[in-house]
Amino acid sequence: MCGIAGIIHRGGKTSDIGGEMTKMLQALKHRGPDSTGVALYGKPSGNRMVMRIKVAEAADLKSGFKIHDDVVDRWAKVDARLNELKAEIISSDQPTEYAKRYELNYGGDLSNLAKYIEDIDQVEILSLGRGLELIKDLGDATTVSQQYGLKGFQGTHAIGHTRMATESDVDIRSAHPYWAFPFRDVSVVHNGQLTNYWGGRRGLERKGHKFHSNCDSELIAVYLADRMEEGEDLEDAMHRSISELDGVFTYLVATENMLGMAKDTMAAKPMVLHESDDIIALASEEVAIRSIFSNEIDTFDPYEGEVRVWRS
Amino acid sequence: MAQLEHSQEMGMHTEQLRGRTQQTFFSPIEDENFTYPWAYEVNFNKRAELDASDMSATEINLKLRDLMKSGHGTIVLKNPRARHGVAVGILNKLNLIVEGSLGYFGCGLVDGPNIRISGRVGWSCAENMMAGTVVIEKNAGSTFGAAMRGGDLVCKGDVGARAGIDMKGGTLIIGGRAGAFCGFMMQRGRMVILGDAGINLGDSMYDGTIYVGGKIADLGVDAVPAEMTDLDKAWLDRKLSQYGLKTPNGVGKMQKIVAGKQLWNYDNLEPTEKKLVL
Repeated sequence: MCGIAGIIHRGGKTSDIGGEMTKMLQALKHRGPDSTGVALYGKPSGNRMVMRIKVAEAADLKSGFKIHDDVVDRWAKVDARLNELKAEIISSDQPTEYAKRYELNYGGDLSNLAKYIEDIDQVEILSLGRGLELIKDLGDATTVSQQYGLKGFQGTHAIGHTRMATESDVDIRSAHPYWAFPFRDVSVVHNGQLTNYWGGRRGLERKGHKFHSNCDSELIAVYLADRMEEGEDLEDAMHRSISELDGVFTYLVATENMLGMAKDTMAAKPMVLHESDDIIALASEEVAIRSIFSNEIDTFDPYEGEVRVWRS
Repeated sequence: MAQLEHSQEMGMHTEQLRGRTQQTFFSPIEDENFTYPWAYEVNFNKRAELDASDMSATEINLKLRDLMKSGHGTIVLKNPRARHGVAVGILNKLNLIVEGSLGYFGCGLVDGPNIRISGRVGWSCAENMMAGTVVIEKNAGSTFGAAMRGGDLVCKGDVGARAGIDMKGGTLIIGGRAGAFCGFMMQRGRMVILGDAGINLGDSMYDGTIYVGGKIADLGVDAVPAEMTDLDKAWLDRKLSQYGLKTPNGVGKMQKIVAGKQLWNYDNLEPTEKKLVL
């Protein structure tokens, strides 16, 4: 199954998107209890970059005593390499032993930074961008929200996912959202199955793209990153994906100031949409949308092959 | 024209349906079997209101049953907030007014109630509906009226994909646009789409009739156009006026789609033969 949800406040307005997304994803818990993830978009501030990063899986910490020393060592290597690249660490928070949030001042090449940091064994950058903060972990929305302090996060838009693992492991690596490495501020959540995953992956890997997991959904993020690298804008890339991705899918993609949705030509995966002058909220089920509205609202289903994009 | 010919031209069938439930309770020569032996005696003038804001779907359904048990024939259900599986399995006469929206599988397996919903319904509304009416004022999700066998199911707004999939009878009316694969494997009954229809309309339908007022994206396998008769037009006029619906260009301009019936002998054909037939 899996559940996906998205929200965008129009006109650049900000809101407690962390709290809103927590409510929406908790309402979708029955669609996927294995893991929960959100991509939250705060207001960008100058050259400040935010990096969300993990150096181990939650399950790794139960694998013995040495792992804790390894984790400390990996963090030291991350800090050393950031220093080496002249990325000034403004602040860092550590919600869990294996995950951190860095605020950086960095004017260099993001792709180079991402590749150099990820060259450290077991280290994975979850997101890197001016506004994007990508958080994912095992458990339901309430658990992850409390663990990472999501409630109160002010921002313009967000996407999120509750996962029912069907074709890859239950771990953070296979949880959504996926960051479109190394494009800053691009993230994807997906409900469905892609049937041309391996073929698509091989083609993109030959072009130099990197995959972090064996989860078919990651293909969408990398595919869109590749198309944008070729100069296509987001909406055109999404339209192209409808014919080039095989299988059944409804996916959401977010950038620094946009939120988009695409649905395959079979319309086999659900999506409900509420649209007003102030806000767009969409989710696999209406019950998630109603979790953040106390008043009566109108909703509708997008159709097969449909692509929609909104700006904050 | 004799009544039998009229009914057959409209796609109706006179043979008695087989199956345990049909045989046990619905012999057409026994009037008392039009209702279930355990059905509650309800009075439509006895009205109750039920606020579902803080209730689970199970609690809502049990409360509806309790209200019917105490003779309430009109129930206003408020604030269902798109919960799944609400108002299911009502095998009783009942006037149910839903103020709000339902989630998945709303009004499934009903036999006899008249239900009006002011909001939207999620996937699989009125699945396996046997009799009665379900009228939705706004939009509906996918697999609307899946496998329905009787009654009138009406959505005044737009409907998602695969409406009327495996439909076995009754009437399904869509006031707006419909998505892909509507009428997929349809076996009987009539579907009316006043707006545009998505791709693969009527794919692999065995029987039944689909009427479309707007544009058809394309027809599915073995779905073919047929000629609208005066009988079709008269039936559409009467049925649509019953629910206050109109087709923009009049029923005379609607398209009629039926099964080509080239798939009927699929069991007896080898794959190579099938290719020749299709």
